[in-house]
Amino acid sequence: MQGSLITYTLLTPLLFAILSLLFQKRKSSQRILFVSGLLLYLIASWFLFSGVLSQGILTFQGGGWSAPFGITLVADLLSSGLILLTSVLALITGVYSTGGINNEKLKPVYYPVLNFLIFGLTGSFLAGDIFNLYVWFEVMLVSSFVLFTLGGQKDQLEGSIKYVAINVVSSSLFLAGIGLVYGLTGSLNMAALHLKIPLVENQAMVAVAKVFFIISFGIKAAVFPLFFWLPATYHTPPVAISSLAVGLLTKVGIYVMIRFFTIVFPMETGITSDILLILSGFTMVVGVLGAAAQNDFRKILSFHIISQIGYMIMGLAIYTPLAIAGAIFFVAHNILVKTNLFLISGIVNESNGSYKLKDLGGVYQKFPIIALVFAISAFSLTGVPPLSGFWGKFVLVLAGFEAKQFIIVGISLFVSILTLFSMTKIWGEVFWKNNPIPFRNESQSQYGFIRKNLLMVIPVFVMTLLILLLGFFPETFIDLSMKAAEQLLNPGEYVKGVFVNQ
Amino acid sequence: MDIILSLVVGLLYALALYMILQKGLVRVIIGVILLGHASNLFLFVISRLTRGNPPIVPEGMDTVLEPFADPLPQALILTAIVIGFGIQAFGIVLLQRVYKVTGTTLVAELISTDEIDKKD
Repeated sequence: MQGSLITYTLLTPLLFAILSLLFQKRKSSQRILFVSGLLLYLIASWFLFSGVLSQGILTFQGGGWSAPFGITLVADLLSSGLILLTSVLALITGVYSTGGINNEKLKPVYYPVLNFLIFGLTGSFLAGDIFNLYVWFEVMLVSSFVLFTLGGQKDQLEGSIKYVAINVVSSSLFLAGIGLVYGLTGSLNMAALHLKIPLVENQAMVAVAKVFFIISFGIKAAVFPLFFWLPATYHTPPVAISSLAVGLLTKVGIYVMIRFFTIVFPMETGITSDILLILSGFTMVVGVLGAAAQNDFRKILSFHIISQIGYMIMGLAIYTPLAIAGAIFFVAHNILVKTNLFLISGIVNESNGSYKLKDLGGVYQKFPIIALVFAISAFSLTGVPPLSGFWGKFVLVLAGFEAKQFIIVGISLFVSILTLFSMTKIWGEVFWKNNPIPFRNESQSQYGFIRKNLLMVIPVFVMTLLILLLGFFPETFIDLSMKAAEQLLNPGEYVKGVFVNQ
Repeated sequence: MDIILSLVVGLLYALALYMILQKGLVRVIIGVILLGHASNLFLFVISRLTRGNPPIVPEGMDTVLEPFADPLPQALILTAIVIGFGIQAFGIVLLQRVYKVTGTTLVAELISTDEIDKKD
């Protein structure tokens, strides 16, 4: 029974990917299929999440082979929570994309490939075996390659070729790390590795494997100094695609880092956490400074992803239950807020016809509601109380003070101010400044615009509501993050879940 | 055998890195392919080679004789080869598209997405 929840969640996107491939010729039924598939996936992941919440860690042993010999899928609070977030995000950006992708020719490819991407993401979150994780990564990456190049515009191709190249390098390093771990322990199952890694005599080689993993996941998560592919790529595809990517793809990198450095390689020695701490500081500062230099709506936001990744790594590096809970809460907050900002940039592009700050303006005067939802999201990203970003940063800063890591706390607070700076830059240029070029449809009123682009505006409103919810009721979510963090830091429960409750 | 293969792995990694650092994207793709091969072979070598002892239970015995060749790394490599092949094929087609659209395969000329937009 408990394993079947995992299979339903995993197989729903696959099923709908295949179905929508079959319906490629019929556009309207493909769209209905797409949205209903995402809805079903949301329901399945909700049941998975509540199942994990009530019963503890759920496992599924592939083919009935007991761990550690078969392929194990594990759902703990972190992974099922992230799957739930993925499904919410997929539904919201999915609805948005039905209105937001204007080129009708792309949609027959977009619908199935997005489902494959979600399939890969779900698998990556559930994988309990490091080689299986590698395979899921590849499923996810190939889908993201297709999505990023969809349409084949010049800048898309230029960005994607770099994205593809660096991700192949990252996968090769990951594979080498897997080989090293297997050579040392003879096992690939995460729970088995948790038991075997401390017994390895040659701990120096374990450190080498860790280096492989840090570099590989660092590339995927866009950690300093491995982030250059991100701002070159994320502003190029249609906005519905990039907003899903910003929400989820880099966060998978963070997720595996958290997973690896708690369950597989618990950080008892200080060196790994010191390295991560230094990396997180640089990631925050470089990301936010990069954003300050940019003059493109989506590029500024892309650089902010990098600086926000720094906060998550900071939580992992401090490595107390509170800090990891902060990192998890921050991931959730960031997925929602960042995606919403990207979606809003798409709406502004719809009304003004550009992403370049110099061509934008007058949105506040003409569409005050859009300006309001942007302001809420931007303030939340900066960390203004009582919005969600404040609570994420508050928990991280508190954990930093408790662990006496004053330098990183100082850096993180300083970076918040710089974040506010570039948000005011967008606000000033896009919303307050007079519009330098006419709107696409000058005579259209706000109401008319919203009614015409209802499929784009409603998802943004829903997302803003979720952000407000996360901000106004933080106890519930921080509580959940604390539980997830405790699960991660006491891997005994995880190991028992994999080996005993089969 | 182990030593020869280890040297080959080292050589492949060195070649791959050299090619990845070249200016032309065609060479980068070749480098990436070599990197995949290097990682696969690395996986093969590091999980210890055993010659002439397949993991098959001999007639009249209950278990396999130690030491036997571990079949798992070979299964892993097979999977990795298939995945790598697919991604390389995608990369090559993408490169061909990039060349068609932009007219160049030099990394130094494909920088329009990295440039900062002018303010005015």
